[in-house]
Amino acid sequence: MAQEHTAPVHGEHEETYTGLNHRKMLMWAFLGSDCMFFGSLIATYLVYKGKSLSGAMPMDVFDIPVTSVSTFVLLMSSMSMVLAYAALTRGNIKAFRIWMVSTAIMGATFIGFQVYEFSSFANYHVHFECAEIAEDIAQDKHVKPGDEHFFNKECLDENGVVKNDHHVDADYGLKPQTNLFGTTFFTLTGFHGAHVTLGVVWLLSIFFLSFKRGVVTPEKNLDVDLAALYWHFVDVVWIVIFTVVYLFGVFPGY
Amino acid sequence: MSQDTTVVESHDEGHPTAGLYFKIAMILSAVTAIEVGIFYLEWLGHWIIPVLFVLSAGKFAVVAMYYMHLKFDHRLFSYMFVGGFVLATAVIFALMFLFQALI
Repeated sequence: MAQEHTAPVHGEHEETYTGLNHRKMLMWAFLGSDCMFFGSLIATYLVYKGKSLSGAMPMDVFDIPVTSVSTFVLLMSSMSMVLAYAALTRGNIKAFRIWMVSTAIMGATFIGFQVYEFSSFANYHVHFECAEIAEDIAQDKHVKPGDEHFFNKECLDENGVVKNDHHVDADYGLKPQTNLFGTTFFTLTGFHGAHVTLGVVWLLSIFFLSFKRGVVTPEKNLDVDLAALYWHFVDVVWIVIFTVVYLFGVFPGY
Repeated sequence: MSQDTTVVESHDEGHPTAGLYFKIAMILSAVTAIEVGIFYLEWLGHWIIPVLFVLSAGKFAVVAMYYMHLKFDHRLFSYMFVGGFVLATAVIFALMFLFQALI
């Protein structure tokens, strides 16, 4: 059963020891090793989580609704990628091109979200009325670490009394050099973004090459198969990052 | 581009249809929405971690099995990928244990 999926067409491909295509084997070996690469980056992030001594924290900067939308876009791109491959194997080149370019557009949209996110983190600004935060603290509501930091620094007089008429307006941007959270977060998500960018370039290359006669055909679908595997891999890595970094990151007790 | 080829007919045998791919995408989106929804349920307390972990692992498995075709392809591919994944997970837990970040 399974071996049939990568069996070569008669006379066009040499036999292999395993009966499996070497390029596909290499791609799976690469994906397995890339798992370990991302595993080490995720481990580093988790080891240093909560160990930053100053600067913005996950609770300050993460915007879960925005990241949820970008996660949804990447999930949908995985669906369009698999539909592109299915269309190609059915011999529907027109549908293949539509799904392929849709995947690349959604990948580029994800990168756009990431650029927006990185930029908003770098330009994060703390702005509040001291009286509001004092009320939140009095009601035992959760206060962002950044707000609490500036509240303690600028809203209390020498006797510890709240300056009710005072307000805070300060830059509190998160950059790779800001703290351990910034360094590990940008390294991890930056490498993932680089993978997605490479994937978009790869998909667009195949899309444009498909206009060249005989390059991408239902019979010659391995190049698309390999690109699809890579694309789904960046999707599964993001599934882990979204949960471990973003959702766990903002959860107060973790 | 390469001259490597694969047998076209074999992809129709046992592989999901476009309809199933769409259903899987809807399930993945729904699970993501549930994850985000659960995240706002404060009464879950620390239970939020195992719940999100299970949902995330489920999404990972579905994408790997159906979209990456591991469920239908040769088992050697699964061993290569799962081998790397297991090592990565072991590295994460080992480092967290070593640096006392697990608890």
